Amino acid sequence: MFEIGLAHYLTVAAVLFTLGIFGIFLNRRNVIIILMAIELMLLAVNINLVAFSTHLQDLVGQVFAMFVLTVAAAEAAIGLAILVVYFRNRGSIAVEDINMMKG
Amino acid sequence: MILLALAFYLFAFVAVASGVMVISSRNPVHSVLFLILAFFNGAGLFVLMGAEFLAMILVLVYVGAVAVLFLFVVMMLDINYVEMRKGFLQYLPVGGLIGLILLVELTFVAGAWVAAPAAVASIPIAPPEQVHNTRALGNVIYTDYIYLFQAAGLVLLVAMVGAIVLTLRQREGVRRQSIAGQIGRKRADSIELKDVPRGSGV
Repeated sequence: MFEIGLAHYLTVAAVLFTLGIFGIFLNRRNVIIILMAIELMLLAVNINLVAFSTHLQDLVGQVFAMFVLTVAAAEAAIGLAILVVYFRNRGSIAVEDINMMKG
Repeated sequence: MILLALAFYLFAFVAVASGVMVISSRNPVHSVLFLILAFFNGAGLFVLMGAEFLAMILVLVYVGAVAVLFLFVVMMLDINYVEMRKGFLQYLPVGGLIGLILLVELTFVAGAWVAAPAAVASIPIAPPEQVHNTRALGNVIYTDYIYLFQAAGLVLLVAMVGAIVLTLRQREGVRRQSIAGQIGRKRADSIELKDVPRGSGV
């Protein structure tokens, strides 16, 4: 109970990842919340990577977590930029409206 | 030891609770704020695991940049968020089912996991008394992973350029300052001297 090991961290990460998936299903209309849910899932992945890095005493996991962080930041920036452009064109960000590729 | 366990449970509980609030709160601004809280607690978990540098990077990148970006977009777009929540309960059962299945699967994987016997740490972590985390990461990033590190920088550059290209727009009918035009003006273009005969008016 008071000995915190790898399994504890993996459980937290699994719960966070599941919350991310659940959030995508729950907020099917709101792209912003979906993006936030994706960020939550990436946080869970990072927790997994760092937990294994600590458990196996291998630094590469932390390096990889840093790269994941970089890509996540880039993804958020691009995603929100697309969102802003889409809102400018259509006046809505509902997911079910995003089925028309030609403006 | 017990303090460590208490800190872990605190961080884990708050992270999970704020994760729940992110996906279930009515107001997207609250969602962003709970996302910030979740990332703070994730950073706390990183510190507990001995990855201080990543924890600080997480706070800097997520709380300082990404969350503010989200907040900015949420506040900038004029959207009826109440209408967006229609169908929230409709997707609850299937989403809950899939989430539950995934959670059970992940727990099975985590429970049955063993390290491959032949696996050795490619870059072992030195004890913190000798090399602290930031220096150890720097030693690895700038030597073995230099190309990947540069590629990560390139990814950020492309993302920055892409975001600017996507959102930049030229508006018609806006009067802007034309600095080249101002500087390129000649005296002859703008000033006209007239000799006016005395007493006749212009």
